Amino acid sequence: MIELQWVNKVFNQDQPNECRALREVNLRLERGGIIVFKGPSGSGKTTLLTLIGCLARPTSGRITLDGRLLSNLPERFLTQARRHTFGFVFQQFNLIRGLTVLDNVLLPAYPLGRSYRDLHQAAQQVLEKFGLLAKATNKVEWLSGGEAQRVALARALINDPAIVIADEPTANLDSTLSREVLALLGELATQGRTVLISSHDPLVFESARVNRLIELRDGQIVGDSCFSKDA
Amino acid sequence: MPVFIEQQKYLIDYTLAALFRRKTRNLGLLLVYTLLVFLFASVLLLSQGLRREAAVLLQDAPEVIVQRLVAGRHDLLPAAWLDTLRQIRGVGEARGRLWGYYYDAAVKANYTVMAAPERKLADDRILIGAALARVRQLGIGDGFSLRAASGPPVLFKVAGVLEFSSELLSADLLLLSETSFRTLFQLPPALYTDAVLAVRNPREAAMIAQKTALALPSSRPILRSEILRTYDTVFDWREGITFLCLGSLLLAFLILAWDKAAGLSAEEKREIGILKAIGWETGDILRMKLWEGLLLSLSAFLAGYLLAWWQLFHGGAKLFSPLLKGWAVLYPDFQLTPTVDITQILILLAVTVLPYIVATLIPSWRAAIADPDAAMRG
Ligand SMILES: Nc1ncnc2c1ncn2[C@@H]1O[C@H](COP(=O)(O)OP(=O)(O)O)[C@@H](O)[C@H]1O
Ligand SMILES: [Mg+2]
Repeated sequence: MIELQWVNKVFNQDQPNECRALREVNLRLERGGIIVFKGPSGSGKTTLLTLIGCLARPTSGRITLDGRLLSNLPERFLTQARRHTFGFVFQQFNLIRGLTVLDNVLLPAYPLGRSYRDLHQAAQQVLEKFGLLAKATNKVEWLSGGEAQRVALARALINDPAIVIADEPTANLDSTLSREVLALLGELATQGRTVLISSHDPLVFESARVNRLIELRDGQIVGDSCFSKDA
Repeated sequence: MPVFIEQQKYLIDYTLAALFRRKTRNLGLLLVYTLLVFLFASVLLLSQGLRREAAVLLQDAPEVIVQRLVAGRHDLLPAAWLDTLRQIRGVGEARGRLWGYYYDAAVKANYTVMAAPERKLADDRILIGAALARVRQLGIGDGFSLRAASGPPVLFKVAGVLEFSSELLSADLLLLSETSFRTLFQLPPALYTDAVLAVRNPREAAMIAQKTALALPSSRPILRSEILRTYDTVFDWREGITFLCLGSLLLAFLILAWDKAAGLSAEEKREIGILKAIGWETGDILRMKLWEGLLLSLSAFLAGYLLAWWQLFHGGAKLFSPLLKGWAVLYPDFQLTPTVDITQILILLAVTVLPYIVATLIPSWRAAIADPDAAMRG
C-alpha cells in the first residue's frame, strides 16, 4: 500500500523558471488492480509516478510504502525499493541501443547477481510470454514500436516486481497495439500485481479493465473514481 | 561471495557489450594508449638496461688505472713504473696492460684488442666478443686476419667466443697473447698501454692516487668512482631529454583522456540514467565503469609493455638507441640483457593506467548521483 501526504514537487525552486508540478497531493493506493492517472499534458502525471517509483524525492510531504517512510530514505534504500518493488515502462521505452533484446531484458537483474541459469530461464519465460523469443538476439533499434513496448514491459518484469509503473504506455502505438498492451497490463493485474498507468488516451481510461481512475489538473487531484474490482 | 562474483561477471558482460558498441572510438583510444605505454616503457627499460650493463661493466673494473702523460697526451708506460707503483703503501698489485683500438673498415667499427696473458693463448689464437662474432659471422675454428703494423696481414684462428653476463662487457673485445699483441702493434717489450692497481682497502683509493701522482709526476691516476660518475651524468642527461619529450606526450594523453571522460556524451548520460532508473545503484554503475576503464587501459598497458620489451630485447632497440646509447658506433650490433623490474612496472602502471581510470570514473560518478527521474522524460 502506498500513501502520499501533502506531497509537493517544485522544479527549479526560487528561480525565475520555478515550476510547481504537484501541489498538496494526498492519496492512498491499495495493492492490486489497474490504477490510471488521467490528465492533460503537463498536469503532473509523470512527476507523480517518479515520486511513487522512488526515481525522485518530493520537495515536501511524506510518501510511505507499506507503512515505511520513503521520502527521507538515503539513496541506497531508494534503489533497493526501485529494484525489488517496482518495474518501469517508460514513455520513450528507454531501451539501451546497441544491445540485444535479451541483454536489455536482463539489465535490471545484473546488480542482483542471480545465478546465470536462473536468470536466463526467467528471461526466456517473459520473452516467450510476450512473443519475443524469435527476436531475442536482435538489436533493439530494429524493433517496431509495439515490439519495443513489449521488450520494455519484459524488462520491467524480470525482477518480478509487485508494482508495475507505465507512463503513457499507448502514446506511441496505434489502437490495435494499444489494446494489446492494455491486455498485457490487465493480465499483470490479474496475477496480483499493482499496475499504475498514466495516460491521456481515452482508449486507456475508458477501458473496462481499469479499477480506479484518478484525474489530475495543474498538479492537483481533481477527480477520483473507483470501479468494482471484478470488472 | 558467489553473488558478488556473479555480479562482476554480469558487469563485465555488459561492459564488453558496451565497448563493442563504440568499436571505432574505443579501438582508436586503445591504439593511442598502447603507443603511449610502448614509448614510455621503452625508455624506462632501455635506460635501466643500460645502467645495469654499465654497472656490470664497472663492477670488475680496477680500482685505480694509471696512465702516462707526455705533455698532456696519453703515452706508453715503461715497465719500470710497475716497481715504483708496487712500493706505494696500500697497493696490493700493479699490472701492466696492453690494449688498443683496431678499426675494421669492413664493418666500420672499432674493436678493442687486448693482450690476455692469463688466458694462455697460443700466438695464433684469438678469443672474440659475441657482437664481433655476429658481425663478422665467425665461429670457433674460423680464420680471421688483422693488419699488422709492419705491413702484411697476420692470420689468427678463433679459439672461442667470449661469454659474459653482460654483452656490453665483451661485445667488441678481441683477446690474444702478449707476444702477438706486441708483434701486431710493433711494441717494444718493456712498454705497456697503462697499468692497473689492486688496492687493499677501496677507501684508500683516493689517497693512493695522490701518492701515485707524487711518486710519478708524469702519471695520471684514474679512479673507478670517477668513471662511474661520468657514466651516470651522461645517462641522466640523455634520460632528462627523453623524459621531457615523453612528459609532453603524457600530458597530451591526459588531456585526451580527460576530454573523453569529462565530455560524457548525451547518449552515455542517458544510459546511466536508465540503468539507475531500472534499479542499478550508483556503486553498480561505478563498478561497471571501473571494469570498462580497467579492461581498456590494462589491455593497452599489456600490449604496450610487451611490445616495448620485445623490441628492446629482441628487436635490437632500433627506435631509441640513437638517443640513449653512447656506444652506437663502437658496438656494431648490441643486445641488452632482458630484465623485468616490478617497481618499474608499478610506476608505469601508476602514470598511465591510474589517470585514465580516474578520468573515466569522475564524470560517470557525477552522472550517476543525479536523480534518475530524467529517464522518465526521455
Ligand atoms: N525536470 C524538470 N524541470 C523543470 N520542470 C519540469 C521538469 N519535469 C517536469 N517539469 C514540469 O512539471 C510539470 C508537470 O510535468 P509532467 O509531470 O511531465 O506532466 P505530464 O506527465 O502530466 O505531462 C510541467 O509543467 C513540466 O514542464
Ligand atoms: Mg508525462
